[in-house]
Amino acid sequence: MKREAQVIEPIQVSDLLVRMSERKEVGDRMVAISCAAVGGEYEITYSFEDADHRFVHYRITVPPGASIPSVSPVYWGAFVFENEIHDLYGIDVKGINVDYNGHFFVTKVPRPYAISPPPETPPAGKQGGED
Amino acid sequence: MSRRIVIPFGPQHPVLPEPIHLDLVMEDERVLEALPSIGYVHRGLEKLVEKRDYRDFVFIAERICGICSFIHGMTYCHAVEGIMDLDVPPRALYLRTVWSELSRMHSHLLWLGLMADSMGFESLFMQAWRLREHVLDDMEATTGNRVIQGSCKIGGVRQDISNQKLREIANGLDQLELDLREMVNVFINDETVKHRLSGVGTLSSKQAWDLGAAGPVLRASGIANDIRQTGYAAYDELDFKPVVETSGDCYARTVVRAKELFTSIDLIRQAADKIPDGAIDMKVTGNPKGEFFARSEQPRGEVVHYVKANGTKNLVRFRVRTPTFANIPPLLEAMKGLELADVPVVVLSIDPCIGCAER
Repeated sequence: MKREAQVIEPIQVSDLLVRMSERKEVGDRMVAISCAAVGGEYEITYSFEDADHRFVHYRITVPPGASIPSVSPVYWGAFVFENEIHDLYGIDVKGINVDYNGHFFVTKVPRPYAISPPPETPPAGKQGGED
Repeated sequence: MSRRIVIPFGPQHPVLPEPIHLDLVMEDERVLEALPSIGYVHRGLEKLVEKRDYRDFVFIAERICGICSFIHGMTYCHAVEGIMDLDVPPRALYLRTVWSELSRMHSHLLWLGLMADSMGFESLFMQAWRLREHVLDDMEATTGNRVIQGSCKIGGVRQDISNQKLREIANGLDQLELDLREMVNVFINDETVKHRLSGVGTLSSKQAWDLGAAGPVLRASGIANDIRQTGYAAYDELDFKPVVETSGDCYARTVVRAKELFTSIDLIRQAADKIPDGAIDMKVTGNPKGEFFARSEQPRGEVVHYVKANGTKNLVRFRVRTPTFANIPPLLEAMKGLELADVPVVVLSIDPCIGCAER
């Protein structure tokens, strides 16, 4: 059995569109955009296959509340992945070519996979039991 | 003067076994644009990894889809085995290959029947589903279940198929092959079928590649892309060539799936000849730590399972990119300029599985 090499290259958000354009230029096929909430941040991985079946990945890491640019101007079909990431994780993706504004994945719980904000500390003097 | 209207298509429609909604922007009888909405069957299965033991999660991965269930379970196992760097016994890899090909055959026969039904060719529909029973009987005889087999596990498989039974299965395929050739001849050469499917919903090879198409949709547009070529399971020891058609229309997608039935038969025969004796599983200890992207070729195309683990029995993240999800953008492109009456056939031509797509 052969296992595919796991090549995951971290990149900066500011380089994202440039790197995507490079992949498009050499003729890579976009396979997936995946998101994971890890250590209080979001890892967003862009996966490609080249003409020789090599599977390669580029990863950006963003904090909750950050915006990322859409890669749909480069890869038109990316809109399905970006709307999914927006709807399930609440990540703001700017400039999606087909933007559903949160209505692509209609879930009972909004943004079900989003990192929960830390519970707010009650202000001093307002602890329970004082009323 | 032309009129523009929006026609809702789905979520309930005779060609849709599962719910997806499309807003069809029409100009008279022609589709200008189609906008999909999903979410009717989103089950949040990926989130369950945070609460289930990674070994038990195979059963949930299998239930992503009732048709490609075995391959979902196997791909999940490949991802975890990749993280843990497990050397699965060769016999288990061959058995996984046999069950994968039986899954492909029953899925393609199911789809061919549905396609015939969508054309109103009811006798052809019944032939396809009649022949599918042979494959399901083999599944039941070897795993105990027709669908959702529960036979894959991390480190191997749960049950063996004796060499004698494998030989019986391979011999039984001789008659099935003859019956399939008779049926496939109708799909490929019948004038009614050709007239209904040729030139409808065409995607060029550039469109299919650029839009990220997967599986038979990609191969029907002239691109020889089949993830089995990467050599997972026992495919690196078996000989096959991807089935490719070039016209990129609904007819080409039908021909690709029809011909792939014979590739599957050939692969099962090869596996029955070459399968080594030995163990079917290995002891798995400890918990996975790391991440892995595993790919397999499902009947509908390439599936990607991403697993991230932190060394505990619960995984951090499980993400599945299904072929139907990847084939949505190519579908929308293929629908531009269609006659309204062609929409159901083109939607069906990607073999949509919405349960898979939404997870």
